[in-house]
Amino acid sequence: MSEDLLVQIENLQFDYGGKPVLRGIDMRIPKGKVVAIMGGSGCGKTTLLRCIGGQLRPTAGKVRVHGAVVNEMRQAEVYALRRRMGMLFQFGALFTDLSVFDNVAFPLREHTDLPEALIQNLVLMKLEAVGLRGARDLMPNSLSGGMARRVALARAVALDPALIMYDEPFTGLDPISLGVIGQLIRRLNDALGATSIMVTHDIQESLVIVDYIYFISDGKVVAEGAPEDIRHSEDPFVRQFVHAEADGPVPFHMPAPPFAEDLGVAAARGAAHV
Amino acid sequence: MNRTTLDLWVGFFVAIGIGALLFLALKVGSFAGVQMDESYILKARFDNIGGLKVRGPVKSAGVVVGRVAEIRFDAAAYEAEVLMKIDARYVFPKDTFASIYTSGLLGDQYIGLEPGGEEEKLAADGTIFKTQSAVVLEKMVSQFLFNKAAEGQETQP
Amino acid sequence: MFNPVELLRHLGAGVVERVWRLGVASRFFVALLLRSGTALRRYPLTLREIWFSGVLSLIIILVSGLFVGLVLGLQGYEILQRYGSAEALGTMVALSLLRELGPVVAGLLFASRAGSAITAEIGLMKATEQLTAMDMMAVDPVARVVAPRFWGGVISMPLLAALFSTMGIFGGWLIGVVFIGVDDGAFWSQMQASVDFRYDILNGVLKSAVFGVAVSLIAVFEGYDSAPTAEGVSRAITRTVVTSALAILALDFVLTSFMFRELS
Repeated sequence: MSEDLLVQIENLQFDYGGKPVLRGIDMRIPKGKVVAIMGGSGCGKTTLLRCIGGQLRPTAGKVRVHGAVVNEMRQAEVYALRRRMGMLFQFGALFTDLSVFDNVAFPLREHTDLPEALIQNLVLMKLEAVGLRGARDLMPNSLSGGMARRVALARAVALDPALIMYDEPFTGLDPISLGVIGQLIRRLNDALGATSIMVTHDIQESLVIVDYIYFISDGKVVAEGAPEDIRHSEDPFVRQFVHAEADGPVPFHMPAPPFAEDLGVAAARGAAHV
Repeated sequence: MNRTTLDLWVGFFVAIGIGALLFLALKVGSFAGVQMDESYILKARFDNIGGLKVRGPVKSAGVVVGRVAEIRFDAAAYEAEVLMKIDARYVFPKDTFASIYTSGLLGDQYIGLEPGGEEEKLAADGTIFKTQSAVVLEKMVSQFLFNKAAEGQETQP
Repeated sequence: MFNPVELLRHLGAGVVERVWRLGVASRFFVALLLRSGTALRRYPLTLREIWFSGVLSLIIILVSGLFVGLVLGLQGYEILQRYGSAEALGTMVALSLLRELGPVVAGLLFASRAGSAITAEIGLMKATEQLTAMDMMAVDPVARVVAPRFWGGVISMPLLAALFSTMGIFGGWLIGVVFIGVDDGAFWSQMQASVDFRYDILNGVLKSAVFGVAVSLIAVFEGYDSAPTAEGVSRAITRTVVTSALAILALDFVLTSFMFRELS
C-alpha cells in the first residue's frame, strides 16, 4: 500500500513567528497522480509546498518523499532530493538576465556535464513540449504571462523530475492561456510518469484536470475527494468554494465590533450634545 | 551583451586599471623607501633635533643615502638619540660629522653627513660623535635682535 | 504628544534592531566566504560581475576624477602661490588624491553606482522568486548569485580608485601646467620626491580594497535581506547607499589613523 505513495505528510504543523499557519495536516499523494491543494488566500498552501521541497522546516510532524523524511535531512541531502523535483512558481520566476533557451538549459548546465550539443537537443525538446521552440532567443521580459509560465514549466521539467510542484499556476492568466497551462500540466505529468502537486484556488480548471483534491482552511484539511465527489459534495465549505459564494463557513466580514458602535451611533444616543 | 564582447570590456577595464596603478607607482611615486634592500643602523646624539621626523632623509653631498629610522629621548643625558638606516653600499669614516639642516627656509629637516679624513670606518650600530643640532629659527631671530639691541647701546655715548 | 518612556523604548528597539542586523550580516559574510568556491572556480560568473560593477562604473569614475583633479589644481594653485611655492602643486594634488580623495570619492561613487545596482538586481531576483526558484533547483543562490557579485565588486574597487587618482592627477596637471603655466618638470619631480610608493600609494590601494569589501558586502546583504516587494527593494537600495557612505567615512578615519599615525 505505502509503496506507491510518493509523498506522505503526517500531522504537519508550522508556526510563523508564534502564529500557527499549519495545524496538523495529513496527506497521501500516490505516484503518477495530479493532486490539487485548494483553499482561500493565505491559508498556508504555499507554506505546505515549501515544506515538501525542504525550504521550510515544519514545527512538528513529518514530510516523507520516496519514504525519506525531508525535514530531518541535511542540506546536501535536500539538494540531492530537489534534483528530482521540479517547481513552477506563481509568476514563473524566470531568470531575467538569461534568454528563454538559457533559462531552460540552466538546470542541465548546473547539474550535468552534458556536451553543449546534447543540451541544445534536450532544451529544444522541452520547449517543443510547451509549444515555444520558436521563442528560444527571446528574453523573459518580452514574453506574455502565459508564455512565461510555459517556459518556466519547460525549465521545471528539464531534469525529468519525479515530482512536479505548482504554486498557483493559473494566477493572472487569460482563459485561453489558463486552459493551455491546465492541459500541459496533465499531459506532462502523464508523459513523464511524474507526480504533480498543485496549489491553487482555481476550482473549475482543477476539477477538469486533477485526480484528487484536498481542501485546506485555517491550517487543516477540511475536505478531500476525487473531482466527481467534490462536485456533488454537500459539505458547506466545499459548496461555498465550488459555487464561489461570498458568505458561508468562510465569512465575508472580518471579525469586528458591531457596526453601530464603530459609527458612534450608540455613543451619540447615550451622551448629550457636546 | 554576448560573451566575447563582455570579455573584451573586462579585459580593457582590468588593463587600464593596472595601467593606472603602474602609472601611480612609477610616475607619481618614488621607490626611495623600498629601494634600500640592505641597510645598517648608525646612531647619533643631538642636543636638539628641531623638527626632524622619522622617515626623513639622510643625505651626504646632497644625495639621499638613508632614512631616519627612530628618534628617542635619552632621559639620562637629556639628549635626542637618532637611529639612521643607511644604505649598505655606503660606509662612512669614524670622524663623520652629522648636522641637521633645513631644506629651504620652511622645508623639511634632514640629516647631512660630512665625511672626515680618518681611515677607520663606522661599523653597523656605530655612533657618530661629532654632531651639530638643528638651527631653531626662533632662537636665531631672537639672538639677532638681541645683538642688534646690544650694538645700539654700545654706540650711544 | 511627547512621551519620554515611549521615546526611550523606540530608541532601544532601534539599537537592538541594528545590532541584530549587524549579527545577521556578519553570519552572512562568513557564509559568503565559505561558499565562494563556485565564484572562483567558474570565473566567467565573476567576470560578468566585474563587467557589471567595474566597466559600467568607468565613465562616472573617470569624469568625476578629472573634475576633482581640475578643482584641486585650481584651489591648490591659488593657496600655494600665496606662499610662493606653486611648484609644490603636483605634490599637493597627488597626495590628496592618493591618500584620501581617490579611495573615498571613488568608494562613494562606487556605492551609488555599482552598490545600488547590485542591491537592486539581487532584491529584484528575490522579489520575483528567482532566488527561491534557484534554491528549489538545488542551486545555492549564495554561491551562484551573491558570491560572484561580491568578488566582482571587491576586484573592481581598487582598480576604479587607481583610475580615479590617475585621472585626478591628470586634471591637476592640465590646470596647473597647461593652463596656468607651472613648470612641467617641477610639477613631476616635486611629486615624485614626496610621494612614497609604499607609504602613500600602497596605503591608498589598501584603503580602496577595504572600501570595496565593505561596499560589496553591504550591497549584496541589503539585496539578499530586502523585503520581497517593490517597496522593500527600493528601501534596500536607499539603505545600501546610506550605509555604504557611513561605512566608507568611518573606515577611512580608522584606517587613516592607523596608517599615518607617526605623523600626528
